[in-house]
Amino acid sequence: MASLAATFGRGAMTNGWVDIKNADVVLCMGGNPAENHPCGFKWAIEAKKTRNAKLISVDPRFTRTSAVADLYSPIRAGTDIAYLLGIIRYAIETKRFHEDYVKLHTNAPYVIADKFAFDEGIFSGFDAGKGEYDKTAWAYEGDPKSKSYVVDETLENPRCVFQLLKKHVDRYTPEMVEKICGTPKETFLKVAEVVTSTGNAQRVGTILYALGWTQHSVGVQMIRCGAMLQLLLGNVGRPGGGVNALRGHSNIQGATDMAGTFEILPGYLKTPSAPLQTLKDYLEGATPTTLNKQAWASMNYWQNYPKFMVSLLKSAYGKNATKENDFGYSWLPKVDGNYSWMYIFDDMYRGSSMRAGGKEPGPEGLVTFGMNPVGIGPNSKKMISALAKLKWLVVVENYEIETAIFWKAPKEYGGPETAKIQTEVYQLPASGFAEKDGTFTNSARWLQWKWKALDPPNGSKTDQEILARIFLAVRELYKKEGGPGAENVLNVAWNYTNPAAPDLGEVLKEINGKAITDIPDPKDKTKLIRAAGQQLENFGQLQDDGSTLCGNWLHLGVYTEAGNMAQRRSPADPTGLGMFHQWGFSWPANRRIMYNRASADKDGNPWDPTRVGIKWNGEKWVGDVPDIKPDSKPGEYGAFIMNPEGVGRLFAPALNDGPFPEHYESVEAPVDNVLHPKVTSSPVTKKFSSDKDVYGKKEDFPIVCTTYRLTEHYHYWTQHTKVLTQLQPGFFVEIPDVLAQQKGIANGSKVKVSSARGSIEGVAMVTKRLRPMKVDGKELWQIGFPLHWGFAGLPEHTGPLANFLTPSAMDPNTWTPEFKTFLVKLEKA
Amino acid sequence: MSVHSLEIRRSSASLLGGATGMRALPDVAKYVDTSTCIGCKACEVACQEWNDLAPVATHQVGTYQTLPTLDAGFWNLIRFDEREVDGGLKWLMRKDQCMHCAEPGCLEACPAPGAIVQYANGIVDVNPDNCIGCGYCETGCPFDVPRFSAKTGKMAKCTLCVDRVSVGLEPACIKACPTGCLHFGTKEDMVALGSARVAQLKANGFPQAALYDPQGVGGTGVVTVLGFGDHPEWYGLAANPHVPLGVKLWKNILRPIGLIAIFGALIGTVGHYFTYGKKEYREEA
Amino acid sequence: MGLTRRTFVKAGTAGVGGAVALGFDLKEARAEMRAFKISRTTETRSTCPYCAVSCGVIIHTLGDKAKNATPSVVHVEGDPDHPINRGTLCPKGSTLRDDINNPNRLTSPKVRRPGSDKWEDISWDAAIAGIAKHIKETRDKCFVEKNAKGQVVNRNPGMAMIGGCTDTNEFNFLQWKFITALGVPYRDSQARV
Repeated sequence: MASLAATFGRGAMTNGWVDIKNADVVLCMGGNPAENHPCGFKWAIEAKKTRNAKLISVDPRFTRTSAVADLYSPIRAGTDIAYLLGIIRYAIETKRFHEDYVKLHTNAPYVIADKFAFDEGIFSGFDAGKGEYDKTAWAYEGDPKSKSYVVDETLENPRCVFQLLKKHVDRYTPEMVEKICGTPKETFLKVAEVVTSTGNAQRVGTILYALGWTQHSVGVQMIRCGAMLQLLLGNVGRPGGGVNALRGHSNIQGATDMAGTFEILPGYLKTPSAPLQTLKDYLEGATPTTLNKQAWASMNYWQNYPKFMVSLLKSAYGKNATKENDFGYSWLPKVDGNYSWMYIFDDMYRGSSMRAGGKEPGPEGLVTFGMNPVGIGPNSKKMISALAKLKWLVVVENYEIETAIFWKAPKEYGGPETAKIQTEVYQLPASGFAEKDGTFTNSARWLQWKWKALDPPNGSKTDQEILARIFLAVRELYKKEGGPGAENVLNVAWNYTNPAAPDLGEVLKEINGKAITDIPDPKDKTKLIRAAGQQLENFGQLQDDGSTLCGNWLHLGVYTEAGNMAQRRSPADPTGLGMFHQWGFSWPANRRIMYNRASADKDGNPWDPTRVGIKWNGEKWVGDVPDIKPDSKPGEYGAFIMNPEGVGRLFAPALNDGPFPEHYESVEAPVDNVLHPKVTSSPVTKKFSSDKDVYGKKEDFPIVCTTYRLTEHYHYWTQHTKVLTQLQPGFFVEIPDVLAQQKGIANGSKVKVSSARGSIEGVAMVTKRLRPMKVDGKELWQIGFPLHWGFAGLPEHTGPLANFLTPSAMDPNTWTPEFKTFLVKLEKA
Repeated sequence: MSVHSLEIRRSSASLLGGATGMRALPDVAKYVDTSTCIGCKACEVACQEWNDLAPVATHQVGTYQTLPTLDAGFWNLIRFDEREVDGGLKWLMRKDQCMHCAEPGCLEACPAPGAIVQYANGIVDVNPDNCIGCGYCETGCPFDVPRFSAKTGKMAKCTLCVDRVSVGLEPACIKACPTGCLHFGTKEDMVALGSARVAQLKANGFPQAALYDPQGVGGTGVVTVLGFGDHPEWYGLAANPHVPLGVKLWKNILRPIGLIAIFGALIGTVGHYFTYGKKEYREEA
Repeated sequence: MGLTRRTFVKAGTAGVGGAVALGFDLKEARAEMRAFKISRTTETRSTCPYCAVSCGVIIHTLGDKAKNATPSVVHVEGDPDHPINRGTLCPKGSTLRDDINNPNRLTSPKVRRPGSDKWEDISWDAAIAGIAKHIKETRDKCFVEKNAKGQVVNRNPGMAMIGGCTDTNEFNFLQWKFITALGVPYRDSQARV
């Protein structure tokens, strides 16, 4: 999501599931929605049936999506950037892009300062010692006199973003795409033609992607390519358009929104880092300013950051948060560097971490709620050895999973002997979705309340009760015994009617936020915006003086005085475009299509009158909930209100691996980089150095391997459900028929797949759906296998963990592991 | 009499058709569009769930297909077929199940009175109260659908969710289908829907598209859109299905003898024994 | 084959006899089909817990929620009113009944002691107390009030917390308060991996 945030301002699916029906072209790339999101995919089929939309599937494997696509294009795993930059080049060369949109809604006219350069695979600002870029080398040109950005509306200035982009993508000719991606030139050109057919006002196209883009060492830049392409084609903000990140878990969007990861607080506020010692320092660093004073201004919505943060602190610390004590800011844990997934387990494995120049303890205890890290993390052997170093482990789950029984993992996983593992493991039975109420946020940002159907099975408890009871027990110990930083534990507000099992409706009310004291109307002091105790209704009511509390500003509006908006169930859809404003609640502000200002031209008229996002009626914006000040005249503000520039970014100086995407090979590279052989993989990607972190070379492991899900299974969960294990009864490896023939492998026979990390065995599924590839003139093979097996689960469903073979390599922006491309060898077993 | 009961149009081993003509019920049908099927198998398990069928034993043999063929505990199976057509790859998927023929071979072959019935809306169902598990229906079926269940001693197959349909609901498989490649309605409507989809396919790269509704069995209660209508066998469908000759003999020659009840039953028994001998049943998966 | 020749003859004789005697009367011309099994179940609207399409589901439970009726799930089907899935479900959603009623669900807290090769049953109270003690000991031992540069950091690197992404927003918010209170810097979720 880092990529979409860097381009558009917010990191989430831009449009909605039903909205896919409004598309003329649906590009499925980096995702296999028919397999992984069948019920959402119906709207792609609907577009095919009702508007003759063209469905394109670009995938290393011919998938279930490909089976119903109008056009299938093979691609070598991990080379999507070259493919997409090839399409961008094609769009610019053939002028098949939406020029009016690009000039109006993107930073194409913005001039970049002359420190920016790109040479031999490296952008300017590279520090080889640290393996990092100094991003200030990619800044916009500022006009010293007017103190604003320098722009060239004609797009002719050789230093403007458009010209720099044109130059950057010039190398990605169809021939080069064929050379890198292994895609026949004719197939690529057909795809490019159909995709760019939407580069105008009349037509619109969408991109559906998922972890096939995310899980690469260059994953963020793959998504960037998609986002840039959509900006260039003028497809962002429009019904039927957008860049639609199809998230894989029921509340993965919600978990991200609600600070599931170390670097953020609820609502994408930043986790404070150690140097920011006061709230003032923190807010100054986090609140962006804008230089934009040209054609139109930017709303620069993040200027409200202090209101979001202070209201969050009031929610976290209640009465203990006062103006005098910085609203409790100092109690918040501060970070020094990276505490994400791979560092958690690397530090756990090594037993310590190097932070801010000092040595600190690594994790000796781990709590997992509904999470199976042994299955999910890369390099299973390292995972198990890391867990074996723990003093204690708490696993809260519905089923017995690999993580809970890591201490009796099969021998080949390489962990210590059971008797030598000193970890105390608690396994607590939790409750399923039907046994508790509350909201999930779907991929399209809809919060929907679900009602409880029955109690958890006898002996198990709801997750909120388990969490609350542990918390209250720890707090009680600190009350009684004290301890270092005891006040941090005691000061957190936990004022629920039933503290041992908080009512989720009550929690949702807190998330939405309320006025703590009367809030007078600044325009008329005799009136109140909100009286003390009233639920807040919109962002505008938030204050930065401690008079409001709000658990997550992004969700404001979900639980107002009018009630729980996530419970709404009206099927009304007056737009006919599938927006359903009265169904549940969609953040932000119940808006269904983000950046919808871009669906209209400079005068506020929709690009396509049959598919209106919003339009200006002379007084205000009507249609969807406008993603702009509702009464701001066309021309007043830019369409991308979260970006300080107010426009979408073709050039994004915000990411750690370059302002433009560039083709790099995976960390385990099957070939040298054709464009710059000295810089084959991304120069800023991260690897690890423990004895368990070994990486393979193409000479030893010549085959490209990828992993994926099956529609019949859900991650590491349904391996406990017989009716589903029946549908996909055993671990298999998909092998191209020509390769199988070469190796004498028969369909249904046993094969062994090995990477530098180890070997696994499975049943060969010999298929035509994987093809031999010619990459840079040489033959290259790809195989793949699904990830739903492990050593827990139904006995008849046990099998190898797919991640036994995957490496600890990751994207430098999101630190997401590279599950989708790694090297293996294949033998008969 | 149950409120859910339907009039019967035909009944196995029975004298005459049963419909009184008092009510006019339209024929119902399932619509299967293979060109938008993603083979997700939602229909397979929706069928099992609704009908409370226990999971069957399966083995990974190198295919996405759950079972080689239908099973007494698995009435709905997606068949997968990889095929190169004009240099391009096609991964064909078709939902296989009872076709609910207008002239059902199973019903004609069945010697047990009232064991296989065709309701007034065209649904062909096995009535387990009357089924004797002899397996002759399997012989009569041109689509290889009915299966003998060792657990019940009866034949089993898709009921077209007659319990749902009779209260105004669509069958479980139809309701579940994520992409909408399945529909349910009157036969007339489904044929219209299918014809429109075929026309769209013909205009979009599938000149051979056709609607499969074979007349050899009087048309089926499942109308299937095939992208390659000239090759129904690619989808595991017979080009010209018809009721086997032996079954027709039974129906046209042996059954009239059944007018005399006792003789009919005896002759039927003996006749069948000599015609087909002992029936071997495949193991339940 | 569970049929003897004798039962076959009997069935054939009786059936055909009946038909001949009466022709087809109305009674014989109808058949009892399987009863509609969810006609009186309680319907609860929920959301599928698997992928992020968030299909609406209807959970059918036994009984009418009367005090003396313990609900158990007899069927799960798509919610036809839901604008996204419109009643459809994928194979995983279609089998949610078997997830809810799964015989493999965990139903009692267990502990595996250091060095042991087996689970032991433990009461909820003892489990919570044991976990709280571990958390307190670890935090007390590992708490870093100031980092090597002397900056106040108030963190507890001795503990890590990771969560899946199939629990509610409300739970996630409570979890954030939990880790904030305990000062846990090492935290991550399925959203990353």
